[in-house]
Amino acid sequence: MPPILEVQNLVKKFGDLTAVKEISFDIKEGEIFSLLGPNGAGKTTTISMLSTLFIPTSGDALVCGHSVTREPMQVKRSIGVVPQEIALYEDLTALENLRFWGQMYGLSGKSLNQRVDEVLELIGLRDKARQRIKTYSGGMKRRVNIGVGLLHQPRLLFMDEPTVGIDPQSRRAILDSVKELNHHGMSVLYTTHYMEEAQELSDRVGIIDHGELIALGTQTELTRQVGETDTLILHIGENEDPQHLADELSKLKGVMKAEPTDHEIALVTSSAEELIAPVVTRADQLGIKVQTIDIREPNLEAVFLHLTGRALRD
Amino acid sequence: MAMRKLLLIALKDLRLIFRDRSALILMLAAPFILTIGMGAVTGRFSGRTSSGISEIPVTIVNQDNGQLGNALVEMFTSADLADLVEPVVLSDLDAAKILVDEDKSAAVIFIPEGFSTSIIPDPVTGRISDQIEIEFYSNPVRPTSTGILKTILDQFINQVEIARISGEVTVSQLLENGLINPSQAAAVGAAVGQEMSDVSIARSSITTNNITDSGEAVEFDILSYMAPGMALMFLMFTVAYGGRSLIVENRQSTLPRMLVSPTSSTLILGGKVFGIFLTAVAQLLILIGGTSLLFRLYWGDLLGMIVLVLAAAIGATGWGVLLAAVLKSPGQVATVGSAVMLIFGLLGGGFFDLSNLPKWVQFFSRITPNAWGLDGFSTLALGGTLKNILTPVAVLTGMGIVLFAISALWITRHGLSRK
Ligand SMILES: Nc1ncnc2c1ncn2[C@@H]1O[C@H](COP(=O)(O)OP(=O)(O)OP(=O)(O)O)[C@@H](O)[C@H]1O
Ligand SMILES: [Mg+2]
Repeated sequence: MPPILEVQNLVKKFGDLTAVKEISFDIKEGEIFSLLGPNGAGKTTTISMLSTLFIPTSGDALVCGHSVTREPMQVKRSIGVVPQEIALYEDLTALENLRFWGQMYGLSGKSLNQRVDEVLELIGLRDKARQRIKTYSGGMKRRVNIGVGLLHQPRLLFMDEPTVGIDPQSRRAILDSVKELNHHGMSVLYTTHYMEEAQELSDRVGIIDHGELIALGTQTELTRQVGETDTLILHIGENEDPQHLADELSKLKGVMKAEPTDHEIALVTSSAEELIAPVVTRADQLGIKVQTIDIREPNLEAVFLHLTGRALRD
Repeated sequence: MAMRKLLLIALKDLRLIFRDRSALILMLAAPFILTIGMGAVTGRFSGRTSSGISEIPVTIVNQDNGQLGNALVEMFTSADLADLVEPVVLSDLDAAKILVDEDKSAAVIFIPEGFSTSIIPDPVTGRISDQIEIEFYSNPVRPTSTGILKTILDQFINQVEIARISGEVTVSQLLENGLINPSQAAAVGAAVGQEMSDVSIARSSITTNNITDSGEAVEFDILSYMAPGMALMFLMFTVAYGGRSLIVENRQSTLPRMLVSPTSSTLILGGKVFGIFLTAVAQLLILIGGTSLLFRLYWGDLLGMIVLVLAAAIGATGWGVLLAAVLKSPGQVATVGSAVMLIFGLLGGGFFDLSNLPKWVQFFSRITPNAWGLDGFSTLALGGTLKNILTPVAVLTGMGIVLFAISALWITRHGLSRK
């Protein structure tokens, strides 16, 4: 079976800035694929090209076999899009919004009513459907924003950071419904800068940074790239200087990388257990108290750190 | 399918503006309240109607010297019209035209030689000469005045025509019986169509006088002038608001969302433009309906009024779309839109006399939809019908089309989304 999405050397330049640099990847039918990357990595720009909103500077992509540059209308018919920004009419109710967007996707009559009803059920807003969007909480708006993308039951759904800035409960509900939709056969391209989301949802992940796809594969494949490394997370007191400790610890034998963040230091190593004692000793010598130590198995965060030398979140 | 989506987008916008309380205030409440204010100031509500326009200078050149030509001159110089027009009778057409060029006269009415005999059969031979028409030279700087004059003239010609076509009475009989007489010709709004005249005379804010009661002049209700002036001024607010919504939709990502739905950008733009147009029409009709009911204001011939509302909405929509195409932020459109509304309103709204201002100001007033719209509305209020307002209707429609074409080119070059 041909892939539902084939991205071929996509490039997008904004003047001097190259926001997306020769990206290529596929999504198989029925797959959830995550694009993981920090702010400004080029995730939205990529989705915008794939949904025909931006014209690529070069390269192309095939959605269900249709070229985004040459057959935009066929592409638009096969995809659902959940934009990063909430794209709704605040002065219309959720019901009116869903009905409007459903009709923009060619639904009408009975099938429109039925789909609007099903989507309201799915996003759990049936009771509040007749309230204006502007009276909704951020999480409720997000859910309607997602609902609009589902109305016409697209084969391929683009979701651009759909959980940004919402409470944990709403996020949980959203992640669960993405899995549910995928279970019913919808393929999903999901962008996020939360490692945990990519880890939980995706069959395969592409890591994007500064417009480049720097890693691509299943989670196992990606973490294997990092090698047999673990990450030690040291939590230190509020008044301590993580930078100083990190600098010192990086000199220890067996430490491959020491990355300080707020009250935390991430140590990349191939032998976590053996390193605990020397680390604690060295910290003691410097007069810094280590409160707790966690060992993390290799994860996507570590992959990103390994590949870029930076933490995913800044 | 395409048409359905176009309408879907337009109706969505119409619904949105009617949910925006502050927009409604400017769209409907403000023109209404200002009209009331104007009415109070000018004494409309104290029972005494005052005329907004008076002493319109008109030059009549009568080379006909037949019965009809004389009757027409008589009508314009009659006491009935004394307050409204200030006629000068000349014999030289060129001299008369110079008066118009120098803005000393609002129009020249030229009755060519043989006008009467082209209508009234020769008493001896019974023959009628080739048709000869009265010529009307209007002063472009005084649209409203010329509109009024044209209406009075049309009134006269209408009666002659009716008599001739009906064939029941000959025109000479008509003259002998005094059926064509000045006061009746001046009974604007009451001429064509017997069934209509009864209703409209009763309701009309334009006082009409019949033969027996000829003490008063034709009065032109000041509100018939102020109400359209206000409506047209705030029409510019509505179209600027509509134009602004295009940029707002881009900002709030609903425009990009429409663009990624299976809908062409042309259709989306079309829907947005149609939405502005619908809102403009709705606003004008509500204002016209409201003032008719509350102030018993007579807006004139229904068909003419509807066609003029559509044309004014088209012309104004063109400006709204242009603002949206050229400007970049909602704030800019709001600011520039308000400025345009005021400038257009002042220059084209007929709130004061422009004849003492520089020529370029007078010219500028002619590019406003306000001036042309007002032109048409006053003609209608004075009893004109669709055929008397064809010029403003054509200009307004043309204005809308030209402005829309410019905007479309601009948008094509710069993209509908992501400016
Ligand atoms: N329309 C545009 N014009 C100019 N530059 C742009 C435009 N859109 C995006 N960029 C730039 O392209 C780069 C990639 O932006 P993009 O929005 O794709 O990142 P992102 O991965 O979606 O980030 P975030 O997680 O913050 O949403 C950024 O440097 C951004 O400033
Ligand atoms: Mg983004």
